Amino acid sequence: MSAPTADHTSDSHDHGHGHDGDFSHPMPIWMLLAVFFALLLLTVATVYQSTFSLGNLEVWMSLAIATVKAGLVIAFFMHLLWDKPLNAIIIFSSLIFVALFLGFTMMDAQGYRENLIMNPALLEDSQPAAVKVELSK
Amino acid sequence: MTTAVAPSPTDHEHDAHHEHPAWLAHHFDDAEQQFDAGKLGMWIFLVTEVLFFSGMFCAYALYRNRNPEVFEFCSTFLNEKLGAINTGVLLFSSLTMAWAVRASQLKQTKTLIGMLGATLGCAAIFLGVKAVEYSHKWGLGLFPGKYYVSQVEGAPHSTVPYLWYLCIPALILLVAFVLYYVYAFVSASKFHLRVAGPLVVAASCFFGGVKLGQVLEAEESHGDSHASAGADAHGHEHSDHAGHDHAKEVSAPSVNLLGEAEVVTHDVAVSPAETNTPESNVNQKGMAGLFFSIYYCMTGVHAFHILGGMAVITWLIVKSARFEFHSKYYGPVDNVGLYWHLVDFIWIYLFPLLYLIT
Amino acid sequence: MSVVTNPVTMPATHPEAGKEDNYLTHSSGFLSWALTLDHKRIGMMYLVGVMSAFALGGVLALMIRLHLWTPNLEANQAWLLNKTYNQVFTLHGAVMVFLFIIPSIPAALGNFLLPIMLGTKDVAFPRLNLGSFYLWIAGAIFFLFSLFATGLDTGWTFYTPYSIESQGPVIAATLGVFILGFSSIFTGLNFIVTINTMRPPGMTWFRMPLFLWAVYSTSIIQVLATPVLGITMLLLAAEKLLGIGIFDSRLNGDPIAFQHFFWFYSHPAVYIMILPAMGIISELMSVHSHKGIFGYRMIAYSSVAIALFGFLVWGHHMFTSGMADVTTIVFSALTFTVSIPSAIKVFNWIGTMYQGTVSLNTPMVYALAFIFLFTIGGLTGLFLGALSTDMHLHATYFVIAHFHYVMMGGTLIAFLGGLFHWWPKMTGKMFNDFGGILSASIIFVGFNLTFLPQFVLGTRGMPRRYASYKPEFQLLHQLSTIGALMLGVGLLVALLVLLHSLFYGSKAPKNPWGGATLEWECSSPPPHDNFSSAPTVGDPYDFSKIEFDPKTGSYFKKK
Repeated sequence: MSAPTADHTSDSHDHGHGHDGDFSHPMPIWMLLAVFFALLLLTVATVYQSTFSLGNLEVWMSLAIATVKAGLVIAFFMHLLWDKPLNAIIIFSSLIFVALFLGFTMMDAQGYRENLIMNPALLEDSQPAAVKVELSK
Repeated sequence: MTTAVAPSPTDHEHDAHHEHPAWLAHHFDDAEQQFDAGKLGMWIFLVTEVLFFSGMFCAYALYRNRNPEVFEFCSTFLNEKLGAINTGVLLFSSLTMAWAVRASQLKQTKTLIGMLGATLGCAAIFLGVKAVEYSHKWGLGLFPGKYYVSQVEGAPHSTVPYLWYLCIPALILLVAFVLYYVYAFVSASKFHLRVAGPLVVAASCFFGGVKLGQVLEAEESHGDSHASAGADAHGHEHSDHAGHDHAKEVSAPSVNLLGEAEVVTHDVAVSPAETNTPESNVNQKGMAGLFFSIYYCMTGVHAFHILGGMAVITWLIVKSARFEFHSKYYGPVDNVGLYWHLVDFIWIYLFPLLYLIT
Repeated sequence: MSVVTNPVTMPATHPEAGKEDNYLTHSSGFLSWALTLDHKRIGMMYLVGVMSAFALGGVLALMIRLHLWTPNLEANQAWLLNKTYNQVFTLHGAVMVFLFIIPSIPAALGNFLLPIMLGTKDVAFPRLNLGSFYLWIAGAIFFLFSLFATGLDTGWTFYTPYSIESQGPVIAATLGVFILGFSSIFTGLNFIVTINTMRPPGMTWFRMPLFLWAVYSTSIIQVLATPVLGITMLLLAAEKLLGIGIFDSRLNGDPIAFQHFFWFYSHPAVYIMILPAMGIISELMSVHSHKGIFGYRMIAYSSVAIALFGFLVWGHHMFTSGMADVTTIVFSALTFTVSIPSAIKVFNWIGTMYQGTVSLNTPMVYALAFIFLFTIGGLTGLFLGALSTDMHLHATYFVIAHFHYVMMGGTLIAFLGGLFHWWPKMTGKMFNDFGGILSASIIFVGFNLTFLPQFVLGTRGMPRRYASYKPEFQLLHQLSTIGALMLGVGLLVALLVLLHSLFYGSKAPKNPWGGATLEWECSSPPPHDNFSSAPTVGDPYDFSKIEFDPKTGSYFKKK
């Protein structure tokens, strides 16, 4: 996929003095439609794969498909392929920090979860009973 | 973000070398600088959005990792079809939004307003379906955290008309928009007509979404002869896939064995090792309730982002109706588009993580 | 008006002589301030706001210290009730952190200076900038509400499960923090975009003053970390309102996760507080030594490095909270890495003074105080980052003393130094230098008297946040209280010096200190649009062409 007009993406601090040229580059309609149908297809695929029992793999499969979909949205709908490289760096670096946050927290939780104690009194309290159901009336 | 600030007369004295049109803010040198600044600002804002949601994804990961059986049990209460339909609706709205950006660049104002209206309508359908989902769950007592009501077979549905409550704001808006349309029609103002049309359509779309949701929800319950709370959860696997039977087997005992589970959990501090066994009691506040907390937080915050998106799209419609956008000034459409795609992006992850757990 | 002529950066004076046009006189009336889009006016409004918040937090601090004059072993005879004491220290912490330190330098001084130092007319999104200010106001109102509703007693950290059980107005406070967070995010966003897209020709990354590098790094943290605080506070509010149980151990939730969420923001937030202060010190050191900064690039890179390393160390706040052993070791090791860029900076500041011509005026005295206090604060941080010593020192007065040395001895002192440094630029008035130095000296002595005894108290086992203590600690506590009063006096002197200058100060010249950065090339106070045309940008630390003109009392740049 080559960009319709991709030349003007200069460095961020050179904000185009002198060339007041056209910096918009409309996406062709066929491309928009193609991306949309690809996304629909992937949605069907992810629903379909959830009908198989893949065990632990399942969550990774569905996440992989979701990531492909997200990639399509970012690259085409959000126009990142034709955007300044800086914007791409910014959004991907955010994922690094998300990974850092989730990674450390999960790693720690794996370690301390043996020590977590639920409140037994409350467990008793929350047993299903007819009284509880009446609350929703 | 980058709305043009009309330069005050004094500013012109300083800008002798550049003629500043009204849409170019006085502190920018040219259109491209203004566009780049706005776009960079929006990308950075999206970064904050990603990190904002990451907190809830982290909570999700923590609890799913700790109590996978709770997620398996609770996912059966989520209607996969409604989730899939909503995914399609959001994807379509992303398409129309991207198309709207294209139209604004090409100065096709009619297409632009149409596409923005379609995006708004899709958002309304999404919320309509969501309203059905929420009200259905509330009716079953599937509340977050400590308000969770343990699900028992044959328990009566709640009679509180939650769906009506959720529809009231939309109804008020619909009436307001229709009145606005009538006003526009009477005063024969083309500008107001251009704005009011999409708004009326969008507000009605909400009820279309509600209808769609109700039909699909009823289909699910219909496949099951006894429309009780507990059975409803399993009912929805009946309808489609054989593969789901396996999931049913995992979750079914947890409901049926409540009696025994009571004995197990009375006096023990339950360690995760024990809760991993399928017999343990997941159907209670600290287990299923926690799942629904996460579910409501994630989808709720997402829904608020949809509402915010709808507000800014409405603002765009007003601006488009004034023919403000052209190839050198379409930043607002582009930036709102980026925001809208991010909301879609988040949903792309939410859908399999919440609805498709087996 | 300075008679020095510089054709390119000639200040934008009105043709009619006598009537000077600057941002203060450009328009008048309440609305011209309340609805202004001018970054300088917004910066001044922030300045008034954060200084009021500081005064409030300071009064609360004095209340704490006065209460601790006696051991208070019998709670009913103490000056404050135990309950009141808890509320006072909570509000002291929350007000100082969220309303003062975080917005102090970036939002007040940064807003005023960033576009001028960069050579642009305004920040990229002036309306968003004003919006941030009003978000700050809104957040402050929520905080004041929780002050008058008296009952917030969770500590500024809002740790669960206590914050879930507490009867205080936790929801109001969390929403306040949430709103303030957005104010901070939008300010950071604005600064990043401004620096990235609005630099005039010639202003390359490595010609930017180091203050801008520091503010830029700060903005990165604000944008990346603050949203996590936002969602944490939202979840906590939902916990209180709806009982969602994510952080509530009674519902099988995970309170340690709350601490992870909280510190993922709040540790980087420490660098939001200190990085801009370091930027100010880089400016002060260089300008008042009349010598180019030593190791420009290393200081610039170390700012960015601190911002990034700051995200890797949050776990060191939780060593005793029940973390897994492996994680504590990893976090402890990572914590030490932050000391490297910090040490680089201190080394370079001292290297800047070496063989320079140091003018010992008010800003420089503050800067020297900063180096001394920050070094103590930074080095004691290493004790707390080390696992074994932290087990002993955690949640004692040692921690209190450590972070006051960094936050107050570092950020506040730098803030004051920067305020005195740029005061002539901001207001157009010169202050009494002797008074300024006097205030700095009193503050310096008072500060050390307050917090050095607290290191000792901490190592002897005095826990933080306690309303009473063993009688054997009384002497140290009393020293600390005397120091706090002295500190208060010093701050009052500083305030008086500044207020005095507004009414009786002589007119400030364009460049009173001999700085080479762009803000010294426009008049004092700057005109409405900062620069009538794009300024020529040179090396911000090239002092070889800066000369003093005794006739005007101003420095100027030779051609």
